[in-house]
Amino acid sequence: MTTAIGDQQAKREPQYRRFYRFNIANVGFTLAILTLVIVASIVSDVFLTERNLVSISRQLVTNGLLSLGMLLVILTGGIDLSVGPVVAFSGLLATGLQAHMPFPAAIAVALAMGLAVGIFNGFMIARFKLQPFIVTLATMGSLRGLLYVYSETPQYPTDPLFRSLLGGGFIGPLPVPTLILLCVIPLVWFYLNHTISGRAVYAMGVNSEAVRLAGINVRRHLVAAYAACGFLAAFAGVLLASRLGIAQPSVGIGYELDAIAAVVIGGGILGGGGGTVLGVVGGVLALALVDNVLNLFNVESYYQQFLKGLIILVAVLARRKVP
Amino acid sequence: MLEICHISKSFDGNAALRDVSITATTGKVLAICGENGAGKTTLMKILSGAIEPDEGQILFDGVNVAVGDPQHAMNLGIHTVYQELSLLPHLSVAENILLGRLPHRSPRWVVDWKSTAKRAAETIREFGFEEIDVSSLVSTFSVSVQQIIEIAKALVVNPRILILDEPSAVLSAHESQILFRKIRQLSASGTIVLYISHRLDEIFEISDEVLVLKDGVSVLFAETPKLDRDGVIKAMVGRSLDAIYPARKPSVGDLALEVRHLSHEPAFSDVSFEVRAGEIVGMFGLVGSGRTEIARAIFGAEPANDGEILVSSRQVSIVSPGHAVAHGIAFLTEDRKRDGLALDCTVVDNGALASMDMYLRHGLLDRRLQRKVVVEKLDELNVRPRGARGPVRQLSGGNQQKVVLGKWMLVKNTRIFIFDEPTRGVDIATKVEIYRMLAELASSGQAILLISSEMPELLGICDRLLIMRKGRVAARLERSEFNMETIFAYAAGIRTEGVAA
Repeated sequence: MTTAIGDQQAKREPQYRRFYRFNIANVGFTLAILTLVIVASIVSDVFLTERNLVSISRQLVTNGLLSLGMLLVILTGGIDLSVGPVVAFSGLLATGLQAHMPFPAAIAVALAMGLAVGIFNGFMIARFKLQPFIVTLATMGSLRGLLYVYSETPQYPTDPLFRSLLGGGFIGPLPVPTLILLCVIPLVWFYLNHTISGRAVYAMGVNSEAVRLAGINVRRHLVAAYAACGFLAAFAGVLLASRLGIAQPSVGIGYELDAIAAVVIGGGILGGGGGTVLGVVGGVLALALVDNVLNLFNVESYYQQFLKGLIILVAVLARRKVP
Repeated sequence: MLEICHISKSFDGNAALRDVSITATTGKVLAICGENGAGKTTLMKILSGAIEPDEGQILFDGVNVAVGDPQHAMNLGIHTVYQELSLLPHLSVAENILLGRLPHRSPRWVVDWKSTAKRAAETIREFGFEEIDVSSLVSTFSVSVQQIIEIAKALVVNPRILILDEPSAVLSAHESQILFRKIRQLSASGTIVLYISHRLDEIFEISDEVLVLKDGVSVLFAETPKLDRDGVIKAMVGRSLDAIYPARKPSVGDLALEVRHLSHEPAFSDVSFEVRAGEIVGMFGLVGSGRTEIARAIFGAEPANDGEILVSSRQVSIVSPGHAVAHGIAFLTEDRKRDGLALDCTVVDNGALASMDMYLRHGLLDRRLQRKVVVEKLDELNVRPRGARGPVRQLSGGNQQKVVLGKWMLVKNTRIFIFDEPTRGVDIATKVEIYRMLAELASSGQAILLISSEMPELLGICDRLLIMRKGRVAARLERSEFNMETIFAYAAGIRTEGVAA
């Protein structure tokens, strides 16, 4: 028995330093993305053009930010269904409030709203031990109603800088939203892998009682995860509104599902205990590429939805842990 | 000095602890024992701050400990090793060991992974298990190694009070000795060690003082050298245990279960044996000898890929547990919490789970009938009726085991019972009851296959023994041939038998 300890473990890289795990699912997933890119660039003349690539990179920003936030929440063993209306509401606030204040202040209010929604969700879940699904479902509904009420106030034209500096801006060949996403990705990675709070988030999804008994304030870090998710959703809403130049209350319906899909395709486990930032990035990329390719081939949007559903199923099947 | 003063605690109106008062002095090992449900774990949880007492207080050098805050207890130097593993399987050993106090770098919220690995490795090495690689994921280790990691969590900082709840349940003898060495070393340097266990041998080996709890009351508190085994057992169960194993008059009937050349490489191969009605056949083997796998194959949980299974001398095909149940086979698994019970469902619902057809009237479930039948069966099994409507979770381990047994006994036509480690983690009084139930099952004509690692119980209750080694039947012994040395010799491969009958 005791001698078995040595045999059991091959020398392996420490878990927290492993950036990319070479297993069938990950390698297969990477190959699938590469195949998609290669096939698309052979079959379509448009796919590899700078214009198309830039457009993909800009379009995936919304889902990218939402998915990173969703990852944090899913790691805790929870879920956040309220990100869709947060996107819409923050867009409305960031544009609408410009009638009364300069646009940076309007953005600040929009972001604060996202943060507040996240903290509210997290507080209800942590303090009253309510189920995340129910709490955020309620928030989703109420917020959606609230923002239609708000959107009935007349819209004013926005500051031109709001569009040209953010959503419509470029630095070199890259759109500003893309660059922002590229900055947020390592921040979330660092948070999860190198901060005390991030490790608590990672740990609590599997056994929050064990984490509590280790003397960690579970509630605080749980609220932090939901707060970050709400904040990122509001951020996504601001960027989306500034890219389109206009905010609409109907924006963001179904966005929570895309974010959850990206996390799950990337190896995240609903219920906690699995999921990496790199995986989420892969998931976001895969969904965006599929969207783009289907668009290039003029596939009708109903078929697109159908195909995306199938892709999610296949991805989850491929990652299934065989007992 | 640790003073526990008039502590009381109840759950849902059931008193778990009643006015318990003791003092423990620095540098002593205090053993806490008692039956399942006696309040040991509750007392430990209060000490560690996991729960708050209803009344009373615990003073450690004058400071109140029992405020229901694990962080507070830890700051006072009280470290607890829980019986239920609280490890996070998806994290590394190092991170688990230092959970809650990961070393940080200059900004206080950034983890210092290098010193995390270093401190964890030091802790493990000082404990005496340097071969555990702290950078591996916890899920890659066996249960016994995980238990060692669990204990190591409490040893990062030299604890002033170390609480161990059944630490040796899954450890090998050698590993237990290393643990005891560490305990002696700690207590020599002034740590108070509270050692919760049912194993009397261990209690006498390691402790300076013994506290016995029974039904939440402290019934015995004395220095270990002044006690003897009988005294402790008497205090625990409230009566003397002259006969642990029931007297049996085996009346062997027809063949109930027969397996021929059953194989599932690499777990086991070419396994043949038979169990007759009214017979208890024991299966002994070291860990990894394939015992559980054979049971799972017979039950269809993981069907064998070669060989035959015969029930009542008729060949049957069992490729799912459903088939096994239909052929009258019941399987009581080793891990009742994972495989045997829906912990949050009521006692009645759990008891009725396998026999739902019985309670149908005009296609509808008759809840009253269901309740009546299950409660009657549980009465027979002596489950203390703490409320059949309450969740099974609230029952003690031994009573949970009985609910599982009752569940199978209610299934019509069950003729074959396979028990996998039925007495693991239960106290001696419950063991006695389980042995009695086994004997009664057998005398009512059931065939029983009993898988166990506990030699004394196999010797005490079985009619025949199969000794497994590396997935094969190493020997078959009749009761007259039973002998501990012989059995071990076969199980360890020191002795071998030719092709057996």
